Amino acid sequence: MTDDRIRHLLGIEDLSLRSAERLLDTAQAFLEVTRRPVRKVPALRGKTIINVFFEASTRTRTSFELAGKRLSADVVNIAGSSSSTSKGETLRDTVNTLDAMHADVIVVRHSASGAAHYVARHSRAGVVNAGDGMHEHPTQALLDAFTIRQSKGNDFRGMKVAICGDITHSRVARSNALLLRLLGADVALAGPRTLLPTAVESFGCRVYDRIEPALDGADVVMMLRIQRERLGAPLLPALREYARVFGLNSARLRLAKPDAVVMHPGPMNRGVEISEEVADGSHSLILNQVEAGVAVRMAVLYLAASEPGAPTDG
Amino acid sequence: MRTLLDPESVARGLRRMAGEIVERHAGAPDLVLVAIRRGGIAVARALAAWLKELEQYQPPLGSVDITLYRDDASTALPNPRIGPSEIPCSLDGKHVLLVDDVLYTGRTVRAAIDAVMDYGRPRLIELAVLVDRNGRELPIGANYFLKAETVKTDERIDVFEDPSGGLSAVVQPKSAPRIPPGAPRHGGEST
Repeated sequence: MTDDRIRHLLGIEDLSLRSAERLLDTAQAFLEVTRRPVRKVPALRGKTIINVFFEASTRTRTSFELAGKRLSADVVNIAGSSSSTSKGETLRDTVNTLDAMHADVIVVRHSASGAAHYVARHSRAGVVNAGDGMHEHPTQALLDAFTIRQSKGNDFRGMKVAICGDITHSRVARSNALLLRLLGADVALAGPRTLLPTAVESFGCRVYDRIEPALDGADVVMMLRIQRERLGAPLLPALREYARVFGLNSARLRLAKPDAVVMHPGPMNRGVEISEEVADGSHSLILNQVEAGVAVRMAVLYLAASEPGAPTDG
Repeated sequence: MRTLLDPESVARGLRRMAGEIVERHAGAPDLVLVAIRRGGIAVARALAAWLKELEQYQPPLGSVDITLYRDDASTALPNPRIGPSEIPCSLDGKHVLLVDDVLYTGRTVRAAIDAVMDYGRPRLIELAVLVDRNGRELPIGANYFLKAETVKTDERIDVFEDPSGGLSAVVQPKSAPRIPPGAPRHGGEST
């Protein structure tokens, strides 16, 4: 019975329904750990986790770091700017070096799509993708699904989820759409036509170039961050324009179900994709997402670091 | 398959055990029962019911999953499944009674002690089991048990819960399937 083993977590696209549900169930046990008086378990004592972030990130890196430490692993962070890549070292050399240090798990974020797959191919360690280019961000999708479970229950079938914003450039949108579809949710994607990818139908979601039809009757509303580097013609003319047409405010939120929940992967641009009152309002699960992030990453790291071995009799 | 304890002897034994516990703890005001998942859960539930009958008061009942505290946590389990740990109150200053079905190597109990310590500093920790079998690998002993039994190394003790909640303990060869026909599996010795 090894078909739901999780050695690497490179993307939601490689995940079976069983593996996804197993990860979410395991995260449930770790959420309890993060709420105890002593928020630490000895499960990964003696294991080494290396976080290699070639792209800036504070919250994801901190979340992975905290998750590793709460499992008692030794956690080392390497930031892009301080690593040898700025001195011309290739990704391959970096991987070889980390391997020689006997890393058990490598958590990697890189601006190139496919970077985590590359590391996994060349390393003996378990590899966790913490975001690769415009491809995937699987732990974000898992923590979002976990947050939804906590609030709406474990059955995603028939649940209506709206994902709104820059769909093209968002690995969060991609991973979330894949996972939510896998779990059986009805997913609507909405964004300006210039920010919808060309093969968007392949996600198996409803697609709109206005936000209102996506919000209609939604149980969950996920807003994406507008990345300022995408601003300017021709893709996106101006922030104020975007906020007016695509921003989530209280009036628009009334299109969703009365008990709808609002999520955002952070960091938020308040007043752009999400209004102040919605971000801090009673529908918002944004801080729950942060708490879920540590529990979900504990589950991912724990499973990735658990080596194959003879089954014990319990 | 040889029967060690049938449901009647377990019920009678747990009642006697509950009396002993009440006596030793001056009633049960500071007592907290913590079952070791999953084998200890049905035993702890039955014991708590007897304590309630004797004292008109049921002590808090919790459980710990020891997967993350095993001494082989990250190497021996290729497919670990972690159950929930539920501790209903702070354990500071409490008399914690760990409950399991079979005491064997002592490694599970060692892990459970570590897990309990992460919820506070109990005044003391004791251990109650149905069967105390030979094969200890750590200096750990049971404060309360219904039966001490020496079995061969190629044998195993399984504990079953019948549909009406009655518990029984049997000895069978290690090679025997875990779930005999007709008997819902409940627990049995772990490590």
